[in-house]
Amino acid sequence: MSHAEPTPAAESAPGEQSSAAEEIIPDPGHVFEAHGQSEADFSAKPILTVDNLKMYFPVKSAGIIRRTIGHVQAVDGVSFEVRKGDSLGLVGESGCGKSTTGRLITRLYKPTAGSIAFEGTDISGYGSRQLLPLRRDIQMIFQDPATSLNPRHTVGSIIGAPLRIHQVVPSDKVLPRVQELLEVVGLNPEHYNRYPHEFSGGQRQRIGIARALTLQPKLLVADEPVSALDVSIQAQVINLLQDLQNEFGIAFLFIAHDLAVVRHFCPEVAVMYLGKIVEIADRDTIYGAPHHPYTQALLSAVPDVRQASIGGRRERIRLEGDVPSPINPPSGCRFRTRCPIARDICARVEPPLMQVGKRHKVACHFAGELGQHPATPVTTGVLGVDDEGHDVAGAQRRSDLLDHPGYQDTWLDLKTGQPVGS
Amino acid sequence: MTLQTSQLESLEPTPVESDESSTKAVAGLSPSRLALRRFRRDRLSMVAFVVVASYVVLALLAPILVKIGFIDPFKFHQNLLDANLGGIPKGKFGGVSGSHLLGVEPGTGRDVLARMWYGVTFSLTIALAATLVSSVLGVVLGIIAGFRGGLIDATIGRVIDLTLSFPQTLMLLALSTVFVLAIQNALNVNVNLANGIYEVLVLGLFGWPTVARLIRGQVLSIREREFIDAAVLLGASQRRIYFKEILPNLWAPILVSFTLTMPAYVSTEAALSFLNVGIKPPTPTLGNILDGSINYAQSDFLFFFFPALLIAIIVVSFNLLGDGIRDALDPKSDR
Ligand SMILES: Nc1ncnc2c1ncn2[C@@H]1O[C@H](COP(=O)(O)OP(=O)(O)OP(=O)(O)O)[C@@H](O)[C@H]1O
Ligand code: SF4
Ligand SMILES: [Mg+2]
Repeated sequence: MSHAEPTPAAESAPGEQSSAAEEIIPDPGHVFEAHGQSEADFSAKPILTVDNLKMYFPVKSAGIIRRTIGHVQAVDGVSFEVRKGDSLGLVGESGCGKSTTGRLITRLYKPTAGSIAFEGTDISGYGSRQLLPLRRDIQMIFQDPATSLNPRHTVGSIIGAPLRIHQVVPSDKVLPRVQELLEVVGLNPEHYNRYPHEFSGGQRQRIGIARALTLQPKLLVADEPVSALDVSIQAQVINLLQDLQNEFGIAFLFIAHDLAVVRHFCPEVAVMYLGKIVEIADRDTIYGAPHHPYTQALLSAVPDVRQASIGGRRERIRLEGDVPSPINPPSGCRFRTRCPIARDICARVEPPLMQVGKRHKVACHFAGELGQHPATPVTTGVLGVDDEGHDVAGAQRRSDLLDHPGYQDTWLDLKTGQPVGS
Repeated sequence: MTLQTSQLESLEPTPVESDESSTKAVAGLSPSRLALRRFRRDRLSMVAFVVVASYVVLALLAPILVKIGFIDPFKFHQNLLDANLGGIPKGKFGGVSGSHLLGVEPGTGRDVLARMWYGVTFSLTIALAATLVSSVLGVVLGIIAGFRGGLIDATIGRVIDLTLSFPQTLMLLALSTVFVLAIQNALNVNVNLANGIYEVLVLGLFGWPTVARLIRGQVLSIREREFIDAAVLLGASQRRIYFKEILPNLWAPILVSFTLTMPAYVSTEAALSFLNVGIKPPTPTLGNILDGSINYAQSDFLFFFFPALLIAIIVVSFNLLGDGIRDALDPKSDR
């Protein structure tokens, strides 16, 4: 962020109502624990099912006749589920396609391929007229509060706009409703007449949240909602989101670029790399026993309060090199150019996202806990290839174990190499 | 005479820093009110504004004053000229006297103040009309190009390139007689008005590309901002997005481009007079007065000096005003 986030005192100066929940916790290590962890309910019905979603942006040549000379494979076949009132974290480095995924689900983009089922209906091909009623159910919180609010509109008209567009309430009821929403997000309801520039970054993000809440959505896509904010203010905003989720039962797709932010918010986390999900699991597995080298590297960068307090510290895994271009991704496993344990098979065969636990899927030929990666590929039986990645005559792909949204009742046990059931 | 696009590029309304947000006023200050406040605090811009406002008022008054005979830019005063010196005014300082405050014109004896005063009216009218033509064309085409993109955008871009690479001065010179005659016949107007219309049309038709480029760039940058996506997600119609979300953010660059185009055309009018294009005497414009005075730069220096000074004042004050408006609208832009 270019402009300095105000000090805590300034933050609460013009527009903030102070309440106990707003207290600033100075220790950044504890910051996200303020409201406790939300727990997963894996039995709840999915509100959103994304299956093999792809978004390829054409790359045009320069000059008068602009031919398409390639495609940015921003999102390349992701599948996941978000259950009612639950929240899924989507984590990955800059440019891995998180925002694009969010924008596909909110249908700001039309996917190149794949399906987006919202409450059982595929909305991936909907036109703008069909989408209109859906807009009420799926909303988005944007990353940068400085550009997500129109500087020429008052806060009242920003938050009131959805009410007017959808004619949810008669026009004389818009203002009371706006004030109510301002109060819900912890802003002074008398400030409806002010302009965005009169608020601090954290307050502007609250305005954006209020706008997203106006239509009482069932699913909120939060695209790095706190990345642009100061650490102390991040905690307040996350706590606000958590309170809102508990109160209104909104399902969240929570996008973040590191694992620390989503830890206490999301009972389930998906890790993305270069347009693909490389690992998805419940919180305990992702943070306690991640099996993908990339997740392990990401996790090593997260400051761990507990370990720090007992004097131990995880070794920081440094990834070599840059993220390859999504226009021309590496063959086989996309992570192989930076993977510390890559072998020949990784360049030859793409590792499928394979269920290896009750709530755990991973896409790696050598999936295993840190330091315990197996010596031979675990994927050969499922893919029907040998250890070097060459096809084995007569072998079959076990597609029942591969790449479905959600979790199956049977999965591959990594120790035995055999399918097991719950 | 071309507008500096670089001056205008960073013209997005930016969030204002804490000095404004810490004020205790309960009612919100809109970005335009804030800009106005910033403008008022800027001394130089206020001076420029007062100067601009005063000659605009004088220009508006001139036709009335001419009509009631308070000033007379057309009456000859041969008796004030020295026939032995080739029609140079008698007396010191180009014939300055109580009844001719800035002296009289060599050769004709017309009152210099009256001619300059009335000349401002014509010069500003031409500049304003040309600015309107180029701004309307530029804004409309710029918005269309920016909104629509694709083939329409590419086509408009091509036309802009073509127009900018066109040797307009040459065309002005070569074709002026033909076109002026055509305008005269088509609209059934006198030669002077036809000259004026021709000048305005040419300035406007060659001036719009700069404005269009600027506005197109602004539209593209506004379209990229997340509040547009937010509006789409809230179910706003295309119409609503254009008129309620984008257009309010375009007024600032339009206004600044307008105030910076005006002075460019005032000086262009003067330059064109040297090339014998535009309104001709006896109807005074600052350009044709200066053109007529240049021969006397040595023998009657003040007669040359006054119109040159006035043009300079007009151009500089308009530019300062434009800069002031830009700074007030966008406090973060640095020069
Ligand atoms: N409209 C677009 N046209 C072309 N390429 C795009 C477009 N949007 C995104 N991309 C490309 O797609 C890839 C993924 O972008 P995306 O914005 O989804 O990443 P991200 O994970 O959200 O990154 P960040 O953390 O920086 O926000 C990037 O390489 C980006 O350059
Ligand atoms: S598949 Fe190979 S390259 Fe990819 S993460 Fe696993 S070990 Fe590394
Ligand atoms: Mg992003």
